[in-house]
Amino acid sequence: MRAGGGDWPSWMRGQAQRAHQPQLQAFYQTFSLTAEQPISETPLVALDLETSGLDPARSAILSIGLIPFDLQRIHLGERRAWVLRPPSGFSGESIPYHHITHSDTQEAPDFADVLPELLDCLAGHLAVVHYHPIERAFLGRAVQQRFKEPLRFPLIDTMDLEARRYRRGWRTRMRAIFGQTPVSIRLGDSRSRYHLPLYEGHQAALDALATAELLQAQIQHHYSPSTAIGQLWI
Amino acid sequence: MDPELLGIRRHLSDFPPFDGLSDEHLDAITEQIEVSYYRAGSHILAAGDSIDALYYVRSGAVEIYRRSGDLYDRLSEGGIFGQYGLLRGRRTQYPAIALEDTLLYLIPADLFDQLCEEDTDFADFVELGRTRPEASQPVSQRSQDMLTTRVRRLVARPPLIAEATETAQAVAQRIAGEPLAAVLVVEAEGDDPRYTYADTDGALWQVRGILTDADFRSRVVAEGRDSQTPVGEIVTDHLVAVQSDETVQEAMLIMLRHNIHHLAVIHRRRPIGVIRLEDVVRYETQSSLYLMDSIFSQDSVRGLATLLPDVRASAVRMIREGADSKTMSTALSAVGRSFTRRLIELAEADLGPPPVPYAFMAMGSMARNEQTLVTDQDNALVLDDRFDPSAHDEYFLALAQRVSDGLDACGYAHCKGDIMATNPQWRQPLGVWKQTFQSWIEAPNPERLLHSNIFFDLDNVYGEERLVEQLQERVATQAGKSPAFLAAMARNALNRTPPIGFFRDFVMEKDGRHNNSINVKRRGTAPLTDLIRIHALACGSRAQNSFERLNDIAETQLLGPGVPENLRFALEVLSFTRLEHQAIDIEQEREPDNNIEPENVPDKQRAELKEAFRALSHAQKFLRFRYPMPTARRSTSRRAG
Repeated sequence: MRAGGGDWPSWMRGQAQRAHQPQLQAFYQTFSLTAEQPISETPLVALDLETSGLDPARSAILSIGLIPFDLQRIHLGERRAWVLRPPSGFSGESIPYHHITHSDTQEAPDFADVLPELLDCLAGHLAVVHYHPIERAFLGRAVQQRFKEPLRFPLIDTMDLEARRYRRGWRTRMRAIFGQTPVSIRLGDSRSRYHLPLYEGHQAALDALATAELLQAQIQHHYSPSTAIGQLWI
Repeated sequence: MDPELLGIRRHLSDFPPFDGLSDEHLDAITEQIEVSYYRAGSHILAAGDSIDALYYVRSGAVEIYRRSGDLYDRLSEGGIFGQYGLLRGRRTQYPAIALEDTLLYLIPADLFDQLCEEDTDFADFVELGRTRPEASQPVSQRSQDMLTTRVRRLVARPPLIAEATETAQAVAQRIAGEPLAAVLVVEAEGDDPRYTYADTDGALWQVRGILTDADFRSRVVAEGRDSQTPVGEIVTDHLVAVQSDETVQEAMLIMLRHNIHHLAVIHRRRPIGVIRLEDVVRYETQSSLYLMDSIFSQDSVRGLATLLPDVRASAVRMIREGADSKTMSTALSAVGRSFTRRLIELAEADLGPPPVPYAFMAMGSMARNEQTLVTDQDNALVLDDRFDPSAHDEYFLALAQRVSDGLDACGYAHCKGDIMATNPQWRQPLGVWKQTFQSWIEAPNPERLLHSNIFFDLDNVYGEERLVEQLQERVATQAGKSPAFLAAMARNALNRTPPIGFFRDFVMEKDGRHNNSINVKRRGTAPLTDLIRIHALACGSRAQNSFERLNDIAETQLLGPGVPENLRFALEVLSFTRLEHQAIDIEQEREPDNNIEPENVPDKQRAELKEAFRALSHAQKFLRFRYPMPTARRSTSRRAG
């Protein structure tokens, strides 16, 4: 999973040389984050995708939401959100979750149309997601399909940060010994541990906001503004 | 508007001042807010920090401090802060600390300015502290049955009517077996146009009075009258009636005031029925029925004192059943009157009949029908002018002593200021009382003003009503004509201020044990009642109850449009909060008091409470403007304070 073995700066530098597609090339070239820099001095962007299913091979991205933020403030006014037209339609089974319907997507742009803007928003920022396999797999595959080359960049996963705390180490073993179920690290349950309010889930922009709030809370509770981003990104 | 953000918008629109904003403004806020999380204990704003947003508490709790370090306010969900800093040079005036893990929404300063400019209610809310009546919705949703239900709803059937010439036996036969054991006695020719009506044949009749089965026992059988005596000779010539469109509450008050258990209900001038005290009290709550009954069936002070837990339980039940403050405090006042009346009856039974006529007068909250569960007694005796101290005072001192000690035993503590009939100063013939009141009005000084505040809410509880009526008349006609007296009362009324800071924020008491609490009587209902009394006196109102005084004030142009409604809202919120707090104290087996802890008040009610205090504060400003302070010294000391 850990492309670049955690050494994201060198992996990104390598990608800048390997990439053919000019937009992707530019995205990798503008990468300037170092593993040592403190999280408080790192521009962040919360990212959330809603998809038509969980299998990237058979499902498509239906919407993307992202919100730039830092440890002090989440800039809701600068959020971006797109509904996308899936390349080959989508089955209706996920509609109850994200409420995006077929008619919403009919007039919507294709992923390729929004990619330049998406890359623009991500450039210079460290992306923050909750449960990174979805974002990484779906974005990677969508780019692969259209440009025949991958897209991959470092991420902070707020679920991973919760898992480090609640799913690994002695706490989990103790809970297992006493027959307790593991602590839920889903977005809503994680948020409630930090006394964050209940938001309606499965809407890309709102989930991105929820994720950004969760990271602010996690840093304040378990890390510090000076924590190096190399400790957090995956 | 992005539908994903509707939840955020909805949250904002639940709380003032955002609840009054237009859709466009709410959209603009939701689109532009920034969001920030603060862990419990962390500093949000330090004094002197530059500030670029209005802060809104989405979840958690925030404490606001003065620069001196004193706690200034505690905010929870829906609370706002930072407005003062935004208005004054974009510098933080009051440091803010997260008391709990807190999520804040920040409304950018430019948008804040725009809202202040385009929405005067919003600007008032953040700048002036003016209340807005529409925020009173949750209060007005509370049941107001006793207040709004007309007494005609209690009338089940047409009254039994007997002509004055019918014999006692004939009438007794007619009412035997009737569920309502009372008959209205009418006669063909009367001289009281209030009770004269035409029957279906066009004949004129006047209602003379009510005869109950108890009257047949005591006035016919016990007195050995002939069963052929016409009922016109038995009935007392003093009909007490209520108009059918009066409220149930008013009917109850009339019965308690006259110590009667049956009341004729009159529509226009025609009698439409008779209601009993039981009907009224049962309508109010089942529990109070037993309470009233048991007060009048007790034969000793000790017996009366055992009813205190019932009084409290009944009050708790009423508040849980959704009674509003006026219903609650009227009922509690009625209980207080009943205790007093029963104690006087017991004293008279022991001491014998009074040597001269007298009236037992209640002042303060009982006179206003505004009693709560925490109350001490204020009473006085008005004696007939034939009163001769050397011959009669022994009797009245003994009577006063029994009533006062009895009330104390029943939970109505002795008055700390010795405003009781046991004090010879407050046991005077009518003529002396008139002079005393006159001198208070003509030459007020601090002591006399204090007395005026207490004595100018006055009502008869027992005895010769006319004695008290003459004093009420004097207050209503004289006080309002004396601008100097009103101005002195106004200055007095401004000594107690509501517990809010520059904006809408609570300022907590700092008196040791009651830390972080607000004495809602001293800082709320008392100054508000004082203020309402002054305006009521100024417009010549004879009402004693503060809500009724507000009705009278509203009929004049004294306060300007909307202001009486704001004060009514404030009085209801403050009184209700106080009563509810006392009910909670009782439920949790604490001695009830007036010290509320705002942090224990639900968010919505806190917002209402702040609105109420702000309305009071605003009304005090108006009072200060209307009756300016005479000396420069006072105004400087006020500024320094």
